[in-house]
Amino acid sequence: MAEKVLMKGNEAFAEAAIRGGARFYFGYPITPQSEIPEYMARELKKRGGAFLQAESELGAINMTYGCASAGGNVFISSSSPGIALMQEGMSFLCSAEVPCTILNVSRGGPGVGGIQPGQADYFQMTRGGGNGDYRIPTYAPANIQEAVDIIYDAPFLADEIRNPVAILADGMMGQMMEPVALPEPKKQIMPEDVAAYKPWALTGYNAKPDGKRVVVKSLRLQPEMLEQHVEMLFEKYHRLEKELVRHESVDLEGAEIVFVAFGTMSRLCTEAMEILAEKGVKAGLIRPITIWPFPYGAFDEIDYGATKAVISTELSMGQMMEDVKIGVSGRLPVELIHRTGGMIPTSIEVAEKAMKILEARK
Amino acid sequence: MTPVFTYTKGMTENATSYCPGCTHGIANRIIMEVLDEMGMLGNTIGVGSIGCSVTIHQFMDIDMLESAHGRAPAVASGIRRAQPDKIVFTYQGDGDLSSIGTGEIVHAAHRGEKFTTFFINNAIYGMTGGQMAPTTLIGQKTTTSPEGRTVEQAGKPLRISEMLASIDGAAYIERCALDSPAHVRAAKRAVRKAFEVQLQGLGFGLVEFLSTCPSNWGLAPKDALVWLRENMIPYYPLGVIKEPEGLK
Repeated sequence: MAEKVLMKGNEAFAEAAIRGGARFYFGYPITPQSEIPEYMARELKKRGGAFLQAESELGAINMTYGCASAGGNVFISSSSPGIALMQEGMSFLCSAEVPCTILNVSRGGPGVGGIQPGQADYFQMTRGGGNGDYRIPTYAPANIQEAVDIIYDAPFLADEIRNPVAILADGMMGQMMEPVALPEPKKQIMPEDVAAYKPWALTGYNAKPDGKRVVVKSLRLQPEMLEQHVEMLFEKYHRLEKELVRHESVDLEGAEIVFVAFGTMSRLCTEAMEILAEKGVKAGLIRPITIWPFPYGAFDEIDYGATKAVISTELSMGQMMEDVKIGVSGRLPVELIHRTGGMIPTSIEVAEKAMKILEARK
Repeated sequence: MTPVFTYTKGMTENATSYCPGCTHGIANRIIMEVLDEMGMLGNTIGVGSIGCSVTIHQFMDIDMLESAHGRAPAVASGIRRAQPDKIVFTYQGDGDLSSIGTGEIVHAAHRGEKFTTFFINNAIYGMTGGQMAPTTLIGQKTTTSPEGRTVEQAGKPLRISEMLASIDGAAYIERCALDSPAHVRAAKRAVRKAFEVQLQGLGFGLVEFLSTCPSNWGLAPKDALVWLRENMIPYYPLGVIKEPEGLK
């Protein structure tokens, strides 16, 4: 295991992407993630890649579409309103089955909103704002080490599934510093090997072993053809729902309260669980690590004989709560503890609110 | 028996989806002829756009990507990073390039991106059924300027080539027309020159083709050629607008 170093989240994310094989970055400055393009501007050229500051996030996602279609391993990042602009391109990337890694260091919304941490991009990340039927696997790490490990694996995962892979890390994680062990750099695919590794990539047909040309597209004017294409994509998504889904369950057995939380909020819940334990209340946690696919199966682990309250705990107005309700499937009412707009509750506040919910149930 | 005329190498044998009398086919063909003459068909990546050229990959028999409306220059900038040794071009109409895609084209030129853009200007939106474009002439009737375009309503038509020529990163800009054999031959020479500028790494290049849209102009193909000559060329003058000094 590598030695631990103290790093700011955003810089650790950028380094993890490079070590994971990403060599191209296209981005536009936006708080609270601007350290990432700055890091990439310093690092990528000397590590055999390229950094390009785009004119807009629309430009950045379409540069990604071009570069990744031509075999480049692309990692991009932005924050909430910037991710909104990128949604158009994400729909194209998914339809054309072009891989890349997308990091959202999210902040409060709607609109320009604010620059403080938020989780109100849950719908944007799990439902998408682009048009049509598509899905993007999205990870929601809870600390910088977990984010580094996920981002490190993402470039090759994206290549393997030929689809974008996304990471939702709220602004708190981008801006804070934590000790982190950085994994060893992966062997990267050199430009001359792209045609062999990625036969679907645009290289000019002379570079192809079979000399056949490649077309990267998403237009299918005949509805039968489009339906067939979307069905094919969803065969893949259904497979990924089973293969990629990840969560962590903590102390569910005998728990009177079960928190459901991801990212920064899950850390506050862990502290709230300790506060509740001191008061003699047993609380557990379901922490989705993938938010699409959502770990609905985790809700079968709940000790429904003991549990009185399932509480979706969020830095949004309850966007994840809809998925929690699907997971619980009516076995208990689902409650919500939340702050939004960049406001973050203390663990004491979470514990107090949870106690009130529990008392109302008794 | 000696064939007197054959398919252009670089063009598939698919029937094009362009309307009778439309000059897209000529533009497609001369670009492929030049790439063939340069021996570069297999080393080229083309980027289509939204509009009548959305299906261009069915006709140009090379590696191609179909990009979103107006975004082709951003896509080509990305391709260029991953494939620095290939010829890269975008092919965009005026609805695509001069309206929804102005941000992308301006900044590709601004960065001095080393790819070539072919800009089809027929002063109207073709694919969507003949709406007004930024390039639509004053007085020209379209489905969204049914009384004819007025300055008060929509300003004066945008001269994209002149605008881009004012950007330092744009190395080569030429406007051609596809209304006569002489003009088509000149357009083919411009295509060749644009690719040479790219291969010599001199900066961004754009060739504008004044083109016809008989279906949406409501004119017979022959009359459309005359309309282009009499109305478009006076407003959009032909010729080299900008040329790099170091071009060999």
